[in-house]
Amino acid sequence: MEIKEFLQHLVNGISLGSLYALLAIGYTLVYGILRLINFAHGDIFMISTYAGFYLMSSAILPWWIAFLLAIILTCILGILVEKAAYRPLRDAPRISLLISSIGMSYLIENLAIVFFGGRPKTFPIPAIFDRIITIGSVKIPTLSFIIPVITIIILAILLHIVHNTKTGMAMRAVSTDYEAARLMAIDVNKIITFTFAVGSTLAAVGGIMWGMKYPSLIPLMGVMPGIKCFIAAVVGGIGNIRGAVLGGFILGLGEIMLVAFMPALSGYRDAFAFILLIFILLAKPTGLMGKNLAEKV
Amino acid sequence: MLIINDLNVHYGGIHALRGISIDVPDNKIVSLIGANGAGKSTTLRSIMGIVKSTSGEIIYKDNDISKSKTKDIVEHGLALVPEGRRIFPDLTVVENLTLGAYWRKDKQGIQKDMNWVFELFPILKEREWQKAGTMSGGEQQMLAVGRALMTKPQLLAMDEPSLGLAPLIVKDIFNIIKEIHSQGVTILLVEQNAKAALEISDYGYVLETGSVALEGEGKKLLNDDQVRKAYLGEAI
Ligand SMILES: Nc1ncnc2c1ncn2[C@@H]1O[C@H](COP(=O)(O)OP(=O)(O)OP(=O)(O)O)[C@@H](O)[C@H]1O
Ligand SMILES: [Mg+2]
Repeated sequence: MEIKEFLQHLVNGISLGSLYALLAIGYTLVYGILRLINFAHGDIFMISTYAGFYLMSSAILPWWIAFLLAIILTCILGILVEKAAYRPLRDAPRISLLISSIGMSYLIENLAIVFFGGRPKTFPIPAIFDRIITIGSVKIPTLSFIIPVITIIILAILLHIVHNTKTGMAMRAVSTDYEAARLMAIDVNKIITFTFAVGSTLAAVGGIMWGMKYPSLIPLMGVMPGIKCFIAAVVGGIGNIRGAVLGGFILGLGEIMLVAFMPALSGYRDAFAFILLIFILLAKPTGLMGKNLAEKV
Repeated sequence: MLIINDLNVHYGGIHALRGISIDVPDNKIVSLIGANGAGKSTTLRSIMGIVKSTSGEIIYKDNDISKSKTKDIVEHGLALVPEGRRIFPDLTVVENLTLGAYWRKDKQGIQKDMNWVFELFPILKEREWQKAGTMSGGEQQMLAVGRALMTKPQLLAMDEPSLGLAPLIVKDIFNIIKEIHSQGVTILLVEQNAKAALEISDYGYVLETGSVALEGEGKKLLNDDQVRKAYLGEAI
């Protein structure tokens, strides 16, 4: 393979990895605070792409307002999902919560089929993201630059919030001990709402960039990325934000490189995530950056 | 300051508190002693709104707080050092203390209290940036007390602060309790170490299977035959 081609693949892998990372963080944040695998997260991601699609297609709004609105709507959806499906089960066994999240996932998917239709829609890409930059002999779409840059900016903001603000401290406190957090006058429900808002916002940012990179939208488009990003979060060590990012990049780069270096295996592209998961679970069950946390039942 | 009236608490089918009445006057130290499972922790947890009572009143400064949320109770000036410390292990010492002051807006007051906590527990100042979970049991207990003080309590409840500590440190903890009290904080203390607790208490209650079996001034309880036999382990 020529170096030029390799660079092309590398750029693609980094973009895909960025998108996976954004989605994986949502799984890790929610798991950290509720010990819940939020099956609806991939569907929330899907809704953000449709929200972007409809707002863009209205052709009234400038693209950036359309995108911003789509992100806000998705964030609200995430908050509503938590209020409707998870909050009433705060004191219920965790398995009820899990079942509720699976139910939520099916509900959103089926509502999407009813309202958006099953036929694929094409995401309208604003012209400024559709250019091609040529560096030497390597041609790179602007989007492939923008995706990692936005991801890094968002990550920096998120890590700042989690590590340097009082709300972030409260998030970390709530994720280890609800009762002790309450004794510090922390409103645990508010912190959980905030966590869902953050996770959904990140999924929406990823979703809209996903829509531009892979512009064919269908109601079940969130399922596969959802499962893969959950795997990415587990591979990195669930509950750990940096781990989710690492997992996302390993998965994104791995997938692209697998297809690039071994075209014969391209049919196994989706299987890569599962194989990686099996190996990681065998070698380091807590994930690459996970610590041995005692199961909180 | 705090008056508990005929309080009943159930955990599912278990009747844990059976009509308890307790009075904690302003600026006093009051102790609750009793055997394992008597309902001491449950009493403190229901004061803080962590467990909800089925009937009875908890009057704090003339308001019934028995239906209030923990957050509001803390903001009204009550704090609990919970059984088993319950510090946030992944957070640093300073972060733990900062969270104690989570609801407060008075930056200067917070800094002042932080300095006071560091004066009470110099070791916490030394370990400022250490993850709380990596500290020794005694250090964690000091952090738990410090963290509760950061909420700016007028009444501080402590659930077995001396549990699992070496005798020398136990002495320190009781001295610290007296020191905190001398700063105008009312204390409600739950202790297995009944002798040490009653010695510093103005008043004491002995709980038995969810009811008050005996009450009286600290000194009086110390000399009570029943108490000496059952809780001070003395042969009579
Ligand atoms: N969450 C709970 N669910 C069910 N029962 C409980 C719960 N917490 C306490 N109990 C029961 O209520 C009773 C009182 O418990 P509590 O913890 O108040 O006792 P305690 O006096 O603090 O004992 P110890 O000295 O062992 O700490 C016990 O019989 C206990 O088993
Ligand atoms: Mg107890």
